[in-house]
Amino acid sequence: MTSEASRPVAPAARGSELGEDLGPLGFPDPGPARFAGVDDVRDQLAAAGYLADDAIAGVVHLADRLAKPVLIEGPAGTGKTELAKSVARVTGSRLVRLQCYEGLDESKALYEWNYRKQLLRIQAQQVLDAGPASDASSTVASASGGDSGSGRASGGPGRLTWRDVEEDIFSEEFLLARPLLQAIRSTEPVVLLVDEVDRVELETEALLLEVLSEYQVSIPELGTVRAQRIPLVFLTSNNTRELSEALKRRCLYLHLDYPTLERERAIVTSRVPGIGDELADQVARIVRSLRTLELKKPPSVSETLDWARTLVLLGIEQVDAENARATLHVLLKYRSDLERAAKELEMTQTDGR
Amino acid sequence: MLELLTGFVEELRAAGLPVSLTESIDAAAAMHHVPMEDRQALKYALAATLVKSADHWRAFDTAFEVFFSLRGERYGIDAGSGNSSAETAAAGSDGQEGAVGAAGAGGGSPVSAEDLAEQLYRALLFGDDGRLVALARMAVGRFAGMEPGRPVGGTYYLYRTLRQLDMDGLRGRLLDAARMQAPGGALSPLEERLMSDEMQQRLTRLRNAVEDEIRRRLVADRGAQALARSLRSPLPEEIDFMHATRDELLALQRAIRPLSRKLAVRLARKRRRGRTGPLDFRSTVRHSLSTGGVPVDLRFRPPHPAKPELVVIADISGSVASFARFTLHLVHALSDQFSKVRSFVFIDGIDEVTEIFDRSDDVAEAVHRVNTEADVVWVDGHSDYGHALGVFWERWGHGITSRTSVLVLGDARNNYHAPQAWVLQEVGLRARHLYWLNPEPRSYWGSGDSVVDVYGAHCDEVVEVRNLRQLEHFVSQLT
Repeated sequence: MTSEASRPVAPAARGSELGEDLGPLGFPDPGPARFAGVDDVRDQLAAAGYLADDAIAGVVHLADRLAKPVLIEGPAGTGKTELAKSVARVTGSRLVRLQCYEGLDESKALYEWNYRKQLLRIQAQQVLDAGPASDASSTVASASGGDSGSGRASGGPGRLTWRDVEEDIFSEEFLLARPLLQAIRSTEPVVLLVDEVDRVELETEALLLEVLSEYQVSIPELGTVRAQRIPLVFLTSNNTRELSEALKRRCLYLHLDYPTLERERAIVTSRVPGIGDELADQVARIVRSLRTLELKKPPSVSETLDWARTLVLLGIEQVDAENARATLHVLLKYRSDLERAAKELEMTQTDGR
Repeated sequence: MLELLTGFVEELRAAGLPVSLTESIDAAAAMHHVPMEDRQALKYALAATLVKSADHWRAFDTAFEVFFSLRGERYGIDAGSGNSSAETAAAGSDGQEGAVGAAGAGGGSPVSAEDLAEQLYRALLFGDDGRLVALARMAVGRFAGMEPGRPVGGTYYLYRTLRQLDMDGLRGRLLDAARMQAPGGALSPLEERLMSDEMQQRLTRLRNAVEDEIRRRLVADRGAQALARSLRSPLPEEIDFMHATRDELLALQRAIRPLSRKLAVRLARKRRRGRTGPLDFRSTVRHSLSTGGVPVDLRFRPPHPAKPELVVIADISGSVASFARFTLHLVHALSDQFSKVRSFVFIDGIDEVTEIFDRSDDVAEAVHRVNTEADVVWVDGHSDYGHALGVFWERWGHGITSRTSVLVLGDARNNYHAPQAWVLQEVGLRARHLYWLNPEPRSYWGSGDSVVDVYGAHCDEVVEVRNLRQLEHFVSQLT
């Protein structure tokens, strides 16, 4: 609990000497490459079970080389969060996740002083000081009024002055690191995932800016904490509102749409054990046709996978109108959508050919 | 290369994309990290750094295809066939035809039209994409009839080529072939539908390949910058409601669903956070326990502001029909955000259509029903605002209370009928708010038979709403 032991954060404060860590063009130094190239990204991700297309692999590669965060937008259930998780897996990094929600603030995203513990610490000091001679509360009270230098000089030996107490309670021991600070401070490699960033208010986005562009967190009482190795950062958004220009400017942008027929088929084949090629093909084609309809909620990739698993579990080897209609509720979640799909894909006619 | 990038960024800005300085620096840095010869990788690198919204992808795609078209490769072919590489661009496009024809057919003479159609059909049937692109090039060379320096738009060439290729006929043949292959010689309805979607997709691919080829030739003829200027199309949020083409209307249709979702979230949030409710004493005391009984953290009850009622009166006569349609659709998609939404449509007669919009989820169907079922024509089917408003006041005017916001949609072109502005005055006095949304540019207001100024005097505000962006802005201010 001494003030010396509480300084491991301080070395990072060297970041205040600006320009020291910046490479040419003012870009932060990305460090050694995590991937050998775009193809390497694709191969590694594929080995981890995530089938990336050119756009995805290209962006991940750039994010690594340019040390920039990636903003991933797209409909729900197209693998935005999964991408971050897979990248963490293949790079052997720890995944630090910040789930955004309305009302998220600094104390939940960055850091918070553990004021209950601080309170306890001060009260404990009072009790300890009350033992020998005078009561400590007078020391604290008088010193906090006057300047701290004289407070220390006038304090007797073995007695803690206001300044000591202050340094003590604003040390790292009383700091609760929230996800953003955890990611910056971590000594092991980290992938930071800021999930559903569109849920926070526009004003709260500003919290992220310092972390995203400088990879540092300023704590007034401790100084600036700077990342030792710039983490890979992924932000996901469901596009429920327009994100601020400032945030978008700092990020690489990736729009994850529904996959092409070939990719979806490959995803189904790799993720659903025991599925035949023919069934996977049929599943992918039916889902594609469904997405061309004007539905309230088009089927997502995860729902496609659920449906394929359902079909495999039921032992269906070929989808026909009958069993498609019976299992379609796995894929579509609105009554009106179900009726529409059944009508459009002519599944109401069960007599077939 | 840097020169090319700056020109490209300028073109993107001209097309309406907000590209900042830092973003173009990022793009330049990103180009270091992708192999130059990999065009696709370059495209994704530029897209990741320059385009920050999915709506802008189309504009980016067009500009990219123009600026980074495969010019080098083509001149290579020319050089191989013996032409001097220092030709003018125009001559280059002529030489190209022969060269590609030769490359595609594997011989010196160009293939016949029937041959080409047959080959195309086979490529489509087997889904052979590489072959498809080569054939598309050949088809453009044969059918488009492109001449250097001719000031004709790319769509003209596209139309000429596709007419020759007979897309509908191809589609029919492909489906027939698929039926033949099926066991029993027929497909079940489900398979039929899937197959038809599949063929549609392949034909779209063919169409795109033809478009690419035409664009590539035009670039060679006119230069990237000039072509990019002529290909520039407005972003979906900037399409003018009154002058939208069919394709643009489709783009609007697609844009409006995510927009309504976005607006609903925003309005709900605003309502929750707008004002704080009264102090929650219990909760405050409970939370003060952790600070030793000092109420540091005050707690408030969630606010419950009243939701406004909305009455929409829309002109659906020809000139402003699409504007009215999008606005009605948007307002009804947001109906959760209002305690009640009632809508009325008129031309010279007026009718209530609330039920039609409430009951159907499908916009196209709702619009169709409005057009066929609503009784909106009184005399001659030309807009008569005065009569329509008069009837509205008589039949539904009592429904307007101090909690109602009234929106009137229309260009107020009254065909010189009596404006009956007193109705709006009455409505304005009784309703909480009265807004007029006008899809015409502000400078046209009051010209000719427009009486928007007469009506405007009684409204809280007359707003110019010409595109989705302005509509979005207005609706988000509404509650």
